[in-house]
Amino acid sequence: MAGRASTFDHDADVGVRGEGGTLGDAFCAAARAMFSIMVDLEGVRGTEAVPIECSAPDSELLLVTWLNALLAEADLRGMVFEDFDASIAEGRLRGKAWGERLDPARHVRGVEVKGATLTEARVVRAASGYLAQTVVDV
Amino acid sequence: MRTDDLEPAGDAIREIRRSGDMRVPVRFTGDDELLAAMDDKVREQIENVARLPGIVGAAICMPDAHWGYGFPIGGVAAFDPEQGGVLSMGGVGFDISCGVRLYKTGLSEAEVQPRKSELADALFSAVPSGVGSEGKIALDVDGIDEVLRDGAYWAVRRGYGPEEELELVEERGRVASADPKEVSNVAKRRQRAEMGTLGSGNHYLEVQVVDRVFDEPAAAAYGLALGDVAIMIHCGSRALGHQVGTDYLAVLAEAARRYRIPVPDRELACAPIGSPEGKRYFAAVGAGVNCALANRQVIGGLVHRVIGQVFPGQRPRLVYDVSHNTCKLEEHLVDGKPRPLYVHRKGATRAWGPRHPGLPAPYRDVGQPVFIGGTMGTFSFVLRGTERSAALAFGSTCHGAGRAMSRKEATRRWTADQVVAQLDARGIALRAASRRGVVEEAPGAYKDVETVVDGAHRAGLSAKVARLRPIACIKG
Repeated sequence: MAGRASTFDHDADVGVRGEGGTLGDAFCAAARAMFSIMVDLEGVRGTEAVPIECSAPDSELLLVTWLNALLAEADLRGMVFEDFDASIAEGRLRGKAWGERLDPARHVRGVEVKGATLTEARVVRAASGYLAQTVVDV
Repeated sequence: MRTDDLEPAGDAIREIRRSGDMRVPVRFTGDDELLAAMDDKVREQIENVARLPGIVGAAICMPDAHWGYGFPIGGVAAFDPEQGGVLSMGGVGFDISCGVRLYKTGLSEAEVQPRKSELADALFSAVPSGVGSEGKIALDVDGIDEVLRDGAYWAVRRGYGPEEELELVEERGRVASADPKEVSNVAKRRQRAEMGTLGSGNHYLEVQVVDRVFDEPAAAAYGLALGDVAIMIHCGSRALGHQVGTDYLAVLAEAARRYRIPVPDRELACAPIGSPEGKRYFAAVGAGVNCALANRQVIGGLVHRVIGQVFPGQRPRLVYDVSHNTCKLEEHLVDGKPRPLYVHRKGATRAWGPRHPGLPAPYRDVGQPVFIGGTMGTFSFVLRGTERSAALAFGSTCHGAGRAMSRKEATRRWTADQVVAQLDARGIALRAASRRGVVEEAPGAYKDVETVVDGAHRAGLSAKVARLRPIACIKG
């Protein structure tokens, strides 16, 4: 996966940030930052791919919608995702997430993410391409 | 937070006068030290709430307020449907009806201490916790609909706790406004295996000892005495509540645009109370409340079983069950006249005072019990609702210590081994699903819960009844 994933401070919760050469790469890196809160991703294998499609009227809402769609898919399938691919055009995202079934005996768990919020949500052009960030409720 | 221009309005109460496009004043509660330590975002957010259509009385911050999603966490606001009032997702949040349930075990500290480890192990094994944990109840969508309609009644019907407990649950165990049709199938499917799970983050189950009593008559009414062992459960509506929040954030954002509601912060996404979107959201929140009440009732039933196994013949007794992320239709006085209002409590606990008709008979003379969770290593508190709180904050008080430090900062300061050793030195047995979660929830990462509770007591939002000291903690 291209892009750089990181988290940032928030009073009660956690900010997730993705930076990448394309908007899709930045969204993917933000997704990886979010899942890194839930599980240590070093121990997760991307053996199963799940398609994700979503749309929103603006880029911040699209980021939040993408992150929430990933949370729902992971929860419904009992999975954790570690790698992502996303193409974005005209407010529509088509992507994939790779991961495996969550195994408490093997995976190092962090804390649950309840949902992605619009707090500190920003999707902007940056020197390296794009930056996409928001705060997730844990 | 800037406090120099706040006007004193009573002991531990400060206000910002209505000005500009604010429709009501802002009221802060808590001592000056707490207010000064709040983030500037808290002030910005509560001033924005004061600008929402149909808000009445004041936009109010509890002493534990901190920066939230549109609303501050620890924010209370009431809206009148006849004045164009709105329902806002930020005023409820993602963990609908997250709350606290307290049991008295009927055991003394002397009886429990020698078997504390055994009890902690049994509770940790019986109550699923942590990321991805699943409960023992598997439900299809129709089964989930029953949960959403019947709340704690559903759990009692399935054998989780005795029927007499329902009287001691906020809303008597079920809200009538719930409509499962307004909850998406994704939300229902996400909940299929999550009934009776604790979750993670700041959710916990603790074994505690009543170590100080401030108000003997109220403590006696609640059945609490010095040295009693209690069990406190803190959790919410699990994945279903999270998905309802997610689904309606988009619905209400669109509604705010469609109805041209001047929303100062898009996180305050809202819809008029009487609009189709507003009605749907209120019905979905009711379903989320019932899900949370059922979830805590299931966990309560598991606590009954564990106590019965470890201490044969012993039966815990429910003290009460409170919620702190809700929007409820209640009657309150506005300019001396009773009005039906939609009261949002985001990170705030309903706290009805003595003689409120909604209280169960045993508590009518002393007021509603309120439970304020501390951290893994510090005290929790039992408070009681006051009559003054009705006028000050629509019958509301604080809900917890509130974080003083970000999760990331906590992981920079401590290791899991350090936190476990700290707790061990204080006589607290910890059982946790996540080592990182332990660090993020380190006691030092939270505000001093006693300062918060004292602020609520001084302001008159609630009154102190008893203090609880943890001896074992189960974390997700």
